[in-house]
Amino acid sequence: MSRSKRIPLSYFPGCSMATTAKENNRSLIEFCERIGYDLIEVPDWNCCGSSSAHSVDAELAQDLAARNLTLAPKGRPLLAACPNCMLRLRGAQRHLAEVPDAQQRCEARWGRPVDPNLKLIHFFDLLAGADMKGLNKTSPGLKGMKFVPYYGCMLARPPAMRHEPNHHGLMEKILSDLGAEPRRWGYGARCCGTFLSVVRPDVVGAMVDAIFRNAAAAGADCLVTACAMCHMNLEVRSTLQNRIPVLHFSEALALAVGEGNGKDWFSRHLVDPRPLLRSARLIA
Amino acid sequence: MNKRNHKNNGNLQRVMTIAAGNGDMGFVREVEKRSGADLSACFHCRCCAGGCPFIEAMDYAPHGIIRLAQLGLRDEVLQSATIWTCVGCHTCSIACPMAIDMAAVMDAMRGIALETDAAIAEPDVLDFHREVLRSIERYGRTHKLEIMMRYKVKTRDWFTDMDVGLRMLAKRKLDLLPSKVKNTQDLKRMFRETAERGTP
Ligand code: SF4
Ligand code: SF4
Repeated sequence: MSRSKRIPLSYFPGCSMATTAKENNRSLIEFCERIGYDLIEVPDWNCCGSSSAHSVDAELAQDLAARNLTLAPKGRPLLAACPNCMLRLRGAQRHLAEVPDAQQRCEARWGRPVDPNLKLIHFFDLLAGADMKGLNKTSPGLKGMKFVPYYGCMLARPPAMRHEPNHHGLMEKILSDLGAEPRRWGYGARCCGTFLSVVRPDVVGAMVDAIFRNAAAAGADCLVTACAMCHMNLEVRSTLQNRIPVLHFSEALALAVGEGNGKDWFSRHLVDPRPLLRSARLIA
Repeated sequence: MNKRNHKNNGNLQRVMTIAAGNGDMGFVREVEKRSGADLSACFHCRCCAGGCPFIEAMDYAPHGIIRLAQLGLRDEVLQSATIWTCVGCHTCSIACPMAIDMAAVMDAMRGIALETDAAIAEPDVLDFHREVLRSIERYGRTHKLEIMMRYKVKTRDWFTDMDVGLRMLAKRKLDLLPSKVKNTQDLKRMFRETAERGTP
């Protein structure tokens, strides 16, 4: 894409991407740059509240998420890649629009105006409009990589959001456009367990093992995840000796456009994906 | 009507009597008000239960919780493990033909449980959430290593996950120092006001 057509986006990384999943964050930023978007981190963003704030205090949860909306500059769309962060940000925006006085309260609390028309876009929304076929011609692609797409609870949402676009099948579509081969399986929408991974490792461990076993039975060489928390729970909780690696979707995309070499992303995985990536000639 | 059916009817009658006698019908209204869900719309098709990935770790199935609320059995709901085990994944909501927002229903029930000092069936879950919030209060973001350490102190469980923690440290997945917001005063003030309000 030419220089002149570059599009700036505000970017909300969220805690997981900023810390445990830095490899997810870096690969996402580099891939976006490659397809013409420059990501500008929201200044001084805070945690969206994760699964904990709404679990114990609804009002606190709204306030936390809404602070980020007051920090995003007006007129520039706000991109997030973590499905849970996106859900919290969208929930806060809906709350501000629907609850009388909520916007005034929010602006008074944080001492800044909030743009009610701020466009919130998930990484998947961005990809749904992008032309990956054209990209493939100038890059090595993912030829020969057999994968199962793991969406976790990403495609599920509360009834109030049921009319928003649903990107079911997007990972399969895009990665197969880039040369990879999706395998069919029945575990792509299993929730990863979120906080139960810490509190009930027994329950989540058994579930995660079933996910890995089914992925391997489907003939996949790797799982591709759309969420940094899913990625961590899958890697951390499995008790199996032999399991296939888990790639972040953004890593798979970056690999497809030839951005994988010389990166320290892959050494951060608990299951090392490098042997697989070398044998597929995706890295040297 | 044969005898067996008659007996079942008798049992049903008994349940209804309990509900009418001991039920707290204000409770279901309160849950509806907070969650925005119409619990009377639930007709117990159990689609939610069929899809819930954590039903085995619950004492009542998700639709069972709604039934208890419909019957006004407030304490059974508030003291259940289910309301704390539910992770709010919305898997059930997309299956529900009546578009009931189960995650919001569970949020509402937990909120009432905390405000009324109900016995917490899964205190470890609550401890974990409190540690996450404490981290957000201090740094504006979650500091996973500290959350895990403090959670371990609270639950006095040092050995589960020791290996996991070490592997994560080795892979640089757990940062020693937190990622922080600059304006933590903003957030501290908000948490102070929340505490004055009485929760969490
Ligand atoms: S799926 Fe909906 S209607 Fe059916 S039992 Fe569950 S909550 Fe009730
Ligand atoms: S939101 Fe709660 S009840 Fe519904 S499927 Fe997820 S864990 Fe189960």
